[in-house]
Amino acid sequence: MTAKRIVVISAGLSTPSSTRQLADRLTADTVAVLRERGVEVEAQVFELRDLAHDITNHLLMGFAPPKLEQALAAVSSADGLIAVTPIFSTSYAGLFKSFIDVIDAQALTDLPVLIGATGGTSRHSLAIDYAIRPLFTYLHAIPVTTGVFAATSDWGNGGDGVRSLPDRIFRGAKEFAELVERTDRSDLLNDPFALDRAAGHLVGGFTGE
Amino acid sequence: MQFGIFTVTDITQDPITGRTPSEHERIKGTLAIAKHAEEVGLDVFAIGEHHNPPFWSSSPTTTLAYIAAQTSTLQLSTATTLITTNDPVKLAEDYAMLQHVSDGRVDLMLGRGNTGPVYPWFGKDIRQGLPLALENYELLHRLWREDVVDWSGQFRTPLQGFTATPRPLDDVPPFVWHGSIRTPEVADQAARYGDGFFANHIFWPASHTQRMIALYRQRWEHHGHGPAGQAIVGLGGQAFMRKNSQDAVNEFRPYFDNAPVYGHGPSMEEFTQQTPLTVGSPQEVIDRTLGYRDYVGDYQRQLWLMDHAGLPLKTVLEQLDLLGEEVVPVLRREFAKNRPADVPDAPTHASLVKAKYGDAEPRQATPNANRGDNLTLGSPYQDTPSVEVTKAGAAFGPAATRKEVVR
Repeated sequence: MTAKRIVVISAGLSTPSSTRQLADRLTADTVAVLRERGVEVEAQVFELRDLAHDITNHLLMGFAPPKLEQALAAVSSADGLIAVTPIFSTSYAGLFKSFIDVIDAQALTDLPVLIGATGGTSRHSLAIDYAIRPLFTYLHAIPVTTGVFAATSDWGNGGDGVRSLPDRIFRGAKEFAELVERTDRSDLLNDPFALDRAAGHLVGGFTGE
Repeated sequence: MQFGIFTVTDITQDPITGRTPSEHERIKGTLAIAKHAEEVGLDVFAIGEHHNPPFWSSSPTTTLAYIAAQTSTLQLSTATTLITTNDPVKLAEDYAMLQHVSDGRVDLMLGRGNTGPVYPWFGKDIRQGLPLALENYELLHRLWREDVVDWSGQFRTPLQGFTATPRPLDDVPPFVWHGSIRTPEVADQAARYGDGFFANHIFWPASHTQRMIALYRQRWEHHGHGPAGQAIVGLGGQAFMRKNSQDAVNEFRPYFDNAPVYGHGPSMEEFTQQTPLTVGSPQEVIDRTLGYRDYVGDYQRQLWLMDHAGLPLKTVLEQLDLLGEEVVPVLRREFAKNRPADVPDAPTHASLVKAKYGDAEPRQATPNANRGDNLTLGSPYQDTPSVEVTKAGAAFGPAATRKEVVR
């Protein structure tokens, strides 16, 4: 069996960011759960900050520069997506939405998604459910029921003492891992440009095949 | 191989002078550009179609008919003709007409357009863009090949006993290219009909164009039109040249930075790296263009976009001089090298007449007499099988074209 492929996108703007930290924790727990069940898994992380100019250029011109193209291809062929964004002004970061906007509208269909978000205080935690979750359901992706919000205080001792951040991360990761384990999404990709066979002979071997 | 230019007919402020030409000035300028294209030895002039400012080309056949009268060898084409929102009946008539006045120097490139509101303005739904393109072309294709057409479809009022006039010159329809930036269905449509496929090329990376052309070539073979290497391929290109490369870069940069399509986006360096845009010396344009063959194979038509983004007319004419004097002669020579003998040239009216008739005389459509009701009915031309109309009043509808009355 080929390894399951998980793509992680982190829309934090600073380096290092608590958004990336949350993304890494969610990834680590997901990988651990899957490995425990004997499922091979690869995780690939994209910091949207590194792609910010490419994303803007894509919005303006309609095609992705090479680095962004790699990220888009990875997301559309993934078995699972861990999507983490800071909450700005009650919703996902603009950069996060811009990235979603340049993804092909059909590319996320049936994709298991684990949503994470970060913010200054836990009063923003519902943004996951009123802003981010509808975005993914609109695109026919499958966000797991637990979304993980990390407020600044969660990283110290001022967080939720009953359901701590590590507990919530594990719960989300477990739900997500179950969907990733079951999906056969990356085997079902439909490439409209796919050729019946290699194309080099069509042009006298010019394409280097 | 054919070389030429295409224009989108944008009317754009010159970022250096701050001046925007009027519609009239730009229209006259474009006519001058077309005539100069022939003077410098280019083969093709193609014009876009738009129905909103700041573009002016809403009536391409009027423009091309004028250019036809002012030139003698230039092949006239479109980039693109909207197959989605135009009535295929009117397209059949207009372009057959243009064939006659230009003595066959016309082909056209069909596209779906890129301006959303054009669909509702012409009573169409953009979500039906692809089905419209497929159905409209199916009708257009028949109107040029059948004297009398009975037709019904989803998007247009049905036709009974309809004849598109004039019939195509020598009864040979204009060659059709299907243009697309990214739609695999269009590549397949072009292949299915054995038509040409033109990849816009200039707004997307080469890797994408390579896949589109490979798909078209493979579908061409699949649909039984011959080996993939004989499919008819055209490519867009975009260049700005000066003798010295750095002069070209300095002069073009403000136009690039403020251009309507890609301005205020990527840097010119990024864009030239990721797309065919070449800003530099004529030699750089030669080298870049010759490289296209490496990923699409030997092809038939190369068109460049030369007159957009507010470039002054004088500059555009100078660009054509460089293209005609320094770039294209070398490209003709180099592209001819190692080109397999079985790779065809782009079809022209002469080659299509030859293919259809050999050495025989082409058909000249000559109508039958008017019956007195402005109809010739089922036998519009003297060499088509006649239909006997049993009684007046059966001119329209199924009764007029009922099979059993055909002798």
